[in-house]
Amino acid sequence: MPDQSTSSRVTVGLSSCGVAAGAAQVYEAFRREFDERGLSTPLRRTGCIGMCYREPLVDVDTEGLGRVTYGGVTEEQVARIVQEHIVGGKPVEEFAVRMEGKRLPDEAYYDRQVRLVLRNAGLIDPESIDEYIEAGGYEGLTKALTEMTPEEIVDTMKASGLRGRGGAGFPSGVKWDLARQQPGDVKYVIVNADEGDPGAFMDRSVLEGDPHSVLEGLTIAAYAIGAAEGYIYARAEYPLAVRRLKMAIADSEERGFLGMDILGSGFSFRVKVKEGAGAFVCGEETALIASVEGKRGMPRLRPPFPAAKGLWAKPTNINNVETYANVPWIITNGAAAYAAYGTETSKGTKVFALTGKIVRGGLVEVPMGISLRDVIFEVGGGIPDGRKFKAVQLGGPSGGCVPEEHIDIKIDYESVTKTGAIMGSGGMVVMDDRTCMVDIARFFLQFTQDESCGKCTFCRVGTKRMLEILDRITSGEGREGDIERLEELGQQIVSSSLCGLGQSAPNPVLTTIRYFRDEYEAHIHEKRCPALTCKPLLTYEIDPDKCIGCTLCVRACPVGAVSGERKGPHVIDTELCTKCDACRKACKFEAVIVS
Amino acid sequence: MANTAGPDVATPEQLSVVDRIVAEFSTLRGALIPMLQQVQEEIGYLPPVIMERIAERSGVPPARIFGVASFYSQFRFEPVGRHIIRVCEGTACHVQGAVDVVEAVCDELGVAEGGTTEDGKFTVETVACLGCCSLAPVIMIDEDTFGRLTPEQARDIVRNYGTAGDEGGAKA
Repeated sequence: MPDQSTSSRVTVGLSSCGVAAGAAQVYEAFRREFDERGLSTPLRRTGCIGMCYREPLVDVDTEGLGRVTYGGVTEEQVARIVQEHIVGGKPVEEFAVRMEGKRLPDEAYYDRQVRLVLRNAGLIDPESIDEYIEAGGYEGLTKALTEMTPEEIVDTMKASGLRGRGGAGFPSGVKWDLARQQPGDVKYVIVNADEGDPGAFMDRSVLEGDPHSVLEGLTIAAYAIGAAEGYIYARAEYPLAVRRLKMAIADSEERGFLGMDILGSGFSFRVKVKEGAGAFVCGEETALIASVEGKRGMPRLRPPFPAAKGLWAKPTNINNVETYANVPWIITNGAAAYAAYGTETSKGTKVFALTGKIVRGGLVEVPMGISLRDVIFEVGGGIPDGRKFKAVQLGGPSGGCVPEEHIDIKIDYESVTKTGAIMGSGGMVVMDDRTCMVDIARFFLQFTQDESCGKCTFCRVGTKRMLEILDRITSGEGREGDIERLEELGQQIVSSSLCGLGQSAPNPVLTTIRYFRDEYEAHIHEKRCPALTCKPLLTYEIDPDKCIGCTLCVRACPVGAVSGERKGPHVIDTELCTKCDACRKACKFEAVIVS
Repeated sequence: MANTAGPDVATPEQLSVVDRIVAEFSTLRGALIPMLQQVQEEIGYLPPVIMERIAERSGVPPARIFGVASFYSQFRFEPVGRHIIRVCEGTACHVQGAVDVVEAVCDELGVAEGGTTEDGKFTVETVACLGCCSLAPVIMIDEDTFGRLTPEQARDIVRNYGTAGDEGGAKA
């Protein structure tokens, strides 16, 4: 049998999610196994491979066999993979989720995806500038600096149709042009990497998996608008992303892609990383600028827009991580190639963090124009446990819930906005029939209430009053007229707030009232939570016909609320019951009824 | 060190830490936030006496320092436990049952959200999103992330964390 040990190479996905799922232990297990066997098989690390639902993920590339991806890898499986695949040359098919040359069921996850932003994610070692360059990295920058004028770059960006991926969808080329045309020698470029939407991890994955792509895009933007200094404002909650960014900056300075006289073009550019300190509102561009200046991150009135008066009152261009990561691809491949994807008004691709009640959740990149249904059911594989789809939440706390009747819409900025939701930065949380829409609305409002900076009265006080009403409804004390009060307050907050946070804070409430008014009414009029989520509205009972008196529930109950004779039917004392659900989970006969 | 000095008195070591950091950052523009981050990193939290020292040394008015520090959730005015448990309350975690995980962790340790255990071992915080949504529900203890948790597993993790004699040194 031929020894394959040196014709294979092993790559372990070591993004934050991979590490949380145990990828670091798997990496070590491979190292130990190689050491013990005296194998010199290269062992590499990479960022997010994208199939988050299968973490930890390991790729084995073998000459002649191609690439095999193993999913849900445990330390125990490592020895077999090494023995059979790397030494024996025969992939362990039962652990594989993807194999070149053979279609496994998980392949459906990739069929509809187009990976432009995620072109290198999960393939290269994010800590190696050489691997980035080998994959075509810094070609865009080289082309921009040696063959193109700033005007040509701006024109290319305009022609590509790229719109800001942070959520608002302003055309990036137009934004760059505004900053470029401003008078003055001192200008800035900023990366908004303050990804704060709960349920979104697109930017983290890009920064962890391919930090150079963002740096390269930023440098091209700096050249186009004439900036000599740039900042990356990153969330402090993303320590790995920050570390990899700093490493990428140091490496590209050393190679001459950053710093003085880049690639002999005469253009000089420096980048600094600023770590955020935990304030959601700093995702708003004027608040972010205040924060970089060392102030409280409070938004201010626009105009003047940052393009005219931004950081330290100088012309400033701000885009988010995904927007910049698109730029090198567009410059290298041309505007037309980019605009070939998407719809009339929304070009290219969009990265989504597909999570919640979904079979295949993870980081997906799809062309604009694909339907929500295709993303959820074809890419994501639908709803697990045979449950029924109820709604998908787009755009986080600024967005809304799209119900089943609208999931055939095409994903583009205008179509999503028509549903009352927003494209947002890419959070896509799927909900099934066990998710209570009133509870979800309350959840988001609680978030924006906490994060309101307090500058505008309607946002500061109005969200508080709305939250009180929602708290009342979900605890069974809803009153007549509460729905109307929520709608009225919501509209007032939208029209009376300065920044995007306040203007969009009521969206989750308004869209759930629009599509799921019956759920609100059930809570208020019937004191009933149809999804069985809101605990104060639930009662736990034991069906005497199904209970055989096995006493499992008695032992599971932490507060001693269940009683009864052995082999006789048990009862729950509803006064003592804390509705913790332990008895229902313990019962093997489905005798615990929740209503 | 951080746990022994009351909020009204700073140790000479703490003051010299502050002085060194202020000197290091004083020439940089927009340096107040990174300066506070560095002080908190080394001292563990920002009691009034420390903020006053920063003001004195940097020339930034105390009101501005407190204004900035109180705006951002990262800055703490109370000492924290040796380990910080962050329970994720992001959307994905919420729909997968994070509420029960928070309850289980707090109940197991006998503290409220944001509180520190009596022995000073743990501080429990809830956070908006750790970005590991595919592994929801998630908790993070210091730098270790634990995913796909049931409330019972969360209890076990918290109960057993650091009991094998390998509990790391003090945070601050």
